[in-house]
Amino acid sequence: MNKKKYKEIVDNHTPKENRLFNCFVSFFIGGIMGLIGQLLVEGYSYYLDISTKEASTFMIITLIFLGCLFTSLGFFDKWVGFAKCGLIIPITGFAHAMMSTALEYRKEGLVTGLGASMFKLAGSVIIFGVVSAYVFGLLRLLIIGG
Amino acid sequence: MTFKYKNVYLNETSTITGPFEEKGPLARFFDKSYQEFYFEKKTWEQAESKLLEESIEILLNKLGKSKQEIDLLIAGDLLNQLVSTNYAATNLAIPLIGIYGACSTSCLGILIASNMVDKKQIKNAIVSVSSHNNAAEKQFRQPVEYGGPKPKTATFTTTGGASCYISGSSSTIKIDSATLGTPIDMGIKDAFHMGAVMAPAAAETIIKHLRNTYQDINDYDLILTGDLGRYGKDILKEYLVNEYGVEANNLDDSACMIYDLDKQNVYAGGSGPACLPLVTYGYILNQMNKKRLKRVLLVATGALLSQATVNEKMSIPAIAHAVSLEVVE
Repeated sequence: MNKKKYKEIVDNHTPKENRLFNCFVSFFIGGIMGLIGQLLVEGYSYYLDISTKEASTFMIITLIFLGCLFTSLGFFDKWVGFAKCGLIIPITGFAHAMMSTALEYRKEGLVTGLGASMFKLAGSVIIFGVVSAYVFGLLRLLIIGG
Repeated sequence: MTFKYKNVYLNETSTITGPFEEKGPLARFFDKSYQEFYFEKKTWEQAESKLLEESIEILLNKLGKSKQEIDLLIAGDLLNQLVSTNYAATNLAIPLIGIYGACSTSCLGILIASNMVDKKQIKNAIVSVSSHNNAAEKQFRQPVEYGGPKPKTATFTTTGGASCYISGSSSTIKIDSATLGTPIDMGIKDAFHMGAVMAPAAAETIIKHLRNTYQDINDYDLILTGDLGRYGKDILKEYLVNEYGVEANNLDDSACMIYDLDKQNVYAGGSGPACLPLVTYGYILNQMNKKRLKRVLLVATGALLSQATVNEKMSIPAIAHAVSLEVVE
């Protein structure tokens, strides 16, 4: 049997992922994350009497802390499995990627394990985040002049 | 290549599992199960090594033999450089052949041991395999606590250790022949669809075994593959019909038996070198001893990939080895 015909058999027996449902769940939970973030910003700026910009930083720190805490407590991976990009794309996903890797490699030593491997997943986010910020910043400068 | 054996028997087996297998439908057939994944050790690697070592200790206890009486240990696992095997064998101090055949390791080990016992090069051998879900996740996929989303075709690495004792002294289960598989590559690149990767290798080995031993597929009460998963099993059946015109109604897959696929969150089923032997040594041999099954063909399938080859988008070769068991009247 040639590879093409075999691929047809495989495709026939491969279940379809429910993309529409997954998109909806991610969209919905991502939206809730946005709402929580906004409430935190409003709350911090109201009760601590600080500017929205400062409150945003506080909000990010809070979400990162919660992401790391829930990952360490061992149940955030189950939430991520369900919500998928709804929790991966927001800052909680970044915290989760760093924390889970740190937990995994801590036993291989502080320098050779944790330090060396902590950015295994998050490294790509940082690199391509910086690259895309540069590209889009440049585009913005060229199109609307800064 | 098929080997026929005159005087090789599977005398005794042992199984040890983690918490997921203990919640599965075959739980009562296992010798021992742990409730947590560390098995009282500090790291996943140490935990898996303990599984292998303890399964051998249980086996020796059942046999009433000391480790000095064992001529050879053939063992394998999934971790880089076979660390589970090497550390366990170091603690046990039994002569070792460490083998890697991914999830096909169990049948490969039985085949090598049977050849040596049949030729009287050794009196007896222990064949052991282990796999550990978290150790495999760490090595092949993501950190355990990351738990990124997976497609439905993914499989769940079994946590367990399984050992068997093979010798020339007779018992109810005879190993009558075994077929060594050839690696084949059907161009599948998806590391989350191992069933599709391995099904053609399983088919080829099954057909080769039947032809070389002049048998029909219905001469076996059960053809047990391990571990294609629920979709891989269907692919194998259709492939057998299309390519060889063979209808396999007596075919089942250990990946679909070790867990309750409807209730446990294990995607397409179990995987890992320990999956097939756990099901076989626990459940299948029990059925054979009760004479409900008389002839069983074990077909262990392995996907021969590494994390690097997956990242480099190379297609994944697979291999399958078959071992034929029969009840001695």
